[in-house]
Amino acid sequence: MKKIILALATSAAVIGFAAAANAQDATKICFIYVGSKTDGGWTQAHDIGRQALQAEFGDKIETPFLENVPEGPDAERAIERMARSGCALVFTTSFGFMDATVKVAEKFPDVKFEHATGFKSGPNVATYNSRFYEGRYIQGLIAAKMSQKGVAGYIASFPIPEVVMGINSFVHGAQSINPDFKVKVIWANTWFDPGKEADAAKALIDQGVDILTQHTDTTAPMQVAAERGIKAFGQASDMIKAGPETQLTAIVDTWGAYYIKRTKAVLDGTWKSEQVWDGLKDGILTMAPYTNMPDDVKKLAEEAEAKIRSGELHPFTGPIKKQDGSDWLADGAVSDDGTLLGMNFYIAGVDDQLPK
Amino acid sequence: MGIIEAILLTVITAATPLVLASLGELVTERSGVLNLGVEGMMVMGAVLAFAATQATGSPYIGILAGIACGALFSLLFGFLTLTLVANQVATGLALTILGLGVSGQIGEPYVGMSGIKLQPIVIPLLADIPFLGPLLFKQDLIFYLSIALVIGVNWFLFKSRAGLKLRAIGDSHGSAHALGIHVIRTRYLAVMFGGACAGLAGAQLSLVYTPQWVENMSAGRGWIALALVVFASWRPWRLLAGGYLFGAVSISQLHAQAFGIGIPSQFLSALPYAATVIVLVLISHNRRTTLINTPASLGKPFVPDR
Repeated sequence: MKKIILALATSAAVIGFAAAANAQDATKICFIYVGSKTDGGWTQAHDIGRQALQAEFGDKIETPFLENVPEGPDAERAIERMARSGCALVFTTSFGFMDATVKVAEKFPDVKFEHATGFKSGPNVATYNSRFYEGRYIQGLIAAKMSQKGVAGYIASFPIPEVVMGINSFVHGAQSINPDFKVKVIWANTWFDPGKEADAAKALIDQGVDILTQHTDTTAPMQVAAERGIKAFGQASDMIKAGPETQLTAIVDTWGAYYIKRTKAVLDGTWKSEQVWDGLKDGILTMAPYTNMPDDVKKLAEEAEAKIRSGELHPFTGPIKKQDGSDWLADGAVSDDGTLLGMNFYIAGVDDQLPK
Repeated sequence: MGIIEAILLTVITAATPLVLASLGELVTERSGVLNLGVEGMMVMGAVLAFAATQATGSPYIGILAGIACGALFSLLFGFLTLTLVANQVATGLALTILGLGVSGQIGEPYVGMSGIKLQPIVIPLLADIPFLGPLLFKQDLIFYLSIALVIGVNWFLFKSRAGLKLRAIGDSHGSAHALGIHVIRTRYLAVMFGGACAGLAGAQLSLVYTPQWVENMSAGRGWIALALVVFASWRPWRLLAGGYLFGAVSISQLHAQAFGIGIPSQFLSALPYAATVIVLVLISHNRRTTLINTPASLGKPFVPDR
């Protein structure tokens, strides 16, 4: 029995509870990750942000984190454990931690919480998000220019507003260049399963797509695209290493600046619950270098990026109809953030049925 | 290459690790030991296979490393449950947790590296058979091994004396012991065979399926393998069929989505599991056959009286 306990204890330590050596004066800024900090995608991007934060404040803070926390009831325990261990601020970095975060926050009114990509907040729960759809619009433009067949494959995770918004933005961008552009969507119903993501990529390529984009977290689809000789877009982190001749660009999440800003607010005592939604212009996301494409496509992408940064171009600018044919945005109208954050419909031109 | 062929190729890749891992567990369980650590052994095999391949440049060394690592790791389970008579369920779960943690630690320097893919071995003449040739005879070594192991295990369990002894131990370790059969020694070997197979399945993940290392890359396949053993009512051929059925339904649901046939994706994602449950119900309607095939001492500790 002793052996088992030992085994469990070792593994618990290895799994990644960076138990802090409790220096009294260091403020604890804590992180909850849904995946492993080396997943090459979503969670890695958050961890790079955490490292930037640690480097910025040095000894003044500690940044313990919990990895591989499943979304659901377990998340509540993990978040509560962090709150109990004396964290001043807890970042919960996945959509599925939303309800758990709000629930734990009610029990610990003195601890501050920040939930990524969600829409529920409270007096001590702020939300923060990145306008990924800006990047997806640019990817759509590139896809329409680069695809010979006019069909792209889209590996989606779960039908939440975040992902639906991404598909709409990608399709809208592509169809602004080629109105007949089609997108085939596969819902993998997972964020992280290299095997399944690779299977989905193979299925899409076997059905004739020649551009691949993904809203799941591993580099497996990029690898399949490289093997089959088509082009693809990376997700959350720069995935150029998985496909040096394959990646066109990637949406790179750069959370560090935000984490530094919010931690500073906690240290100064000026932290307020806010709902922050930053974009390309704020540097919370950046585009990986535009590679493996001709100069004119690169120029088009760079121009679109510059226009989005300056506010001249909003990816969701009318006229846009919904998939069912009803009007959504009139000519020249721009979508409000509320509609985007709760997006549960496809726009016209998406050739897929949205799972309910 | 036609679409059917493409689908079947993907199915083979997806089913092979399931078949391998569950085949090993089948032998372990036939000897009366329940090892819930398949996921942990698999992921350990995956990381060691990847590391050894990177170090030597040869995926064949990687395969050997995966097998050896799985077997050694299962030895830990064997020592705890067979020698120290610890609870098998708890120890198996601990093995999974330990494996996931340790593999993450070992694998940290390998994250993001592009792997070396195990190349297919083309079997002359047979590979030229239309349709079947490219599917079955232009595959990698691990696929050939998986089929050979199913045939071999089936022969061993039901045609050889040693297999008969192993099944006897699984059915009643007390009686087997009284007959002078080495219960503990046989169980050690069965556990190690299970570990070796899980390690090989892991090597398939990091060398063939997705030639890269990412933490937790087995993503629950060890648990599916465990379920498959019950699904197959502890019989190797049924297990092969079950693994491929599961793989086929998983892959076709992806294709169905890409075709846009308009069935909710959540339903399609659940389909492989639903199909497995339905078949399980159908084949287990005969209670007697099920009872005959279930190892009666499964999960029960054995302490020889001296």
